[in-house]
Amino acid sequence: MRRRSEPLFTLGFFVVVASLFPLGLGPEPELLRRIAPGVLWVAALLASMLALGRLFGADYEDGTLEQLALAPAPLVLAVGAKIVAHWLVSGLPLVLVSPLLALQYGLPGDVIAHLMLSLLIGTPVLSLIGAIAAALTIGVRGAGVLVALLALPLYVPTLVFGAGAVDARLAGLSAAPNLALLGACLALAVLFAPLATAAAIRISLE
Amino acid sequence: MSNGVLHWFRYASPQSFYPLAGRLLPWFALLAALSGAAGLWIAFFVAPTDAQQGESYRIIFVHVPVSWMSMFLYLVMAGWAGLGLAFNTRLSAMMAHAIAPTGAMFAFLSLWTGALWGRPTWGAYWVWDARLTSELVLFFLYLGYMALHAAIDEPRRGDRAAAVLALVGAINVPIIYFSVQWWNTLHQGASVSLTRAPSMAATMLAGMLIMAFAFWMYSIAAALARVRAIMLEREAHMQWTQELQETAS
Repeated sequence: MRRRSEPLFTLGFFVVVASLFPLGLGPEPELLRRIAPGVLWVAALLASMLALGRLFGADYEDGTLEQLALAPAPLVLAVGAKIVAHWLVSGLPLVLVSPLLALQYGLPGDVIAHLMLSLLIGTPVLSLIGAIAAALTIGVRGAGVLVALLALPLYVPTLVFGAGAVDARLAGLSAAPNLALLGACLALAVLFAPLATAAAIRISLE
Repeated sequence: MSNGVLHWFRYASPQSFYPLAGRLLPWFALLAALSGAAGLWIAFFVAPTDAQQGESYRIIFVHVPVSWMSMFLYLVMAGWAGLGLAFNTRLSAMMAHAIAPTGAMFAFLSLWTGALWGRPTWGAYWVWDARLTSELVLFFLYLGYMALHAAIDEPRRGDRAAAVLALVGAINVPIIYFSVQWWNTLHQGASVSLTRAPSMAATMLAGMLIMAFAFWMYSIAAALARVRAIMLEREAHMQWTQELQETAS
């Protein structure tokens, strides 16, 4: 992160996108409540995807990434640390601000709690999977659009389980199955994504 | 034993694989044409009319094999990509690169024929059903693979980056499939299953299997033709390509 204001861009995007939907769809509370889980999740997904360009881009340009790859410490660890840091500035703020947007959509209190919980488990998965796409497109022309094409299909399960958990809660069902599956996605991503990202960085630096 | 190993790896180099691919190509193309004609003949003239869906069901003879091939080819492509990444062989990466467009075409055809079939039977070209959606995501994965490869100037780096993406995608395909399946499903259950007796007439099953064979042969022929072009393009500076008859002009 090179500017203190950068995390705010992601957050601002999230809030603006979530606020555009009522303007496009009309203000009926019943409709808004029904689409809220999906809209908020898609907005969070797009916001976290937009932040991916910053993950390795600047480090690649000034040579820091090369130094990290040459350092005696395993590259996987450095990559893992970078992903955690990236999530702290681009994922966690989304989780913290989501109750505010959920209130705008008229979601009840316990559903808001589940929305936060699902985002808390789900946004790290987005950062982890996105890191692979970001690493593959290091130094490629038009990387911004390409990252979207590579990452979005891989985001599908996270979106389905995350929005599904909130939807289930909204319908009065238990959110536990979807949250458990989301947790499984997180466990799998924690295991494999740093390895794949480190391999992709080595390929990009060749 | 060592002779056998040597024999296998002989064709791992583009120089010796190029003529072999050229010799095999017409045979696979011929098999594809013959079995395709036989399959279509069964599809149109032999298979009985469906009691519920009438004649419109006949698109199953293209739709189902095409969907099979789109999924199968992704695994084959990821397999070649993984081989290329593990052993750093030029030819494996070229094979993965050659298979991708064919796989993408099958995924697109699967969506297209599905839409044509869905209109008379479900009353809509497109529904947000689990299988349709996961096929669409598979199509996006193919596009992503080809886009990443095309965006990187240096072919070897492109091969390796795209290979990582193909492997990540291969791990994700089952997860995507099940996530979308639990999300929503309207599509009929699998028509052909290994664990229970097929729920269709034997002639229909035969027609589908023959069509699947035809598409399989077509895929091999198309991949061989494309890999020959890739080999010529990438190794144009090598001596063996300059000594070929077709480049002699």
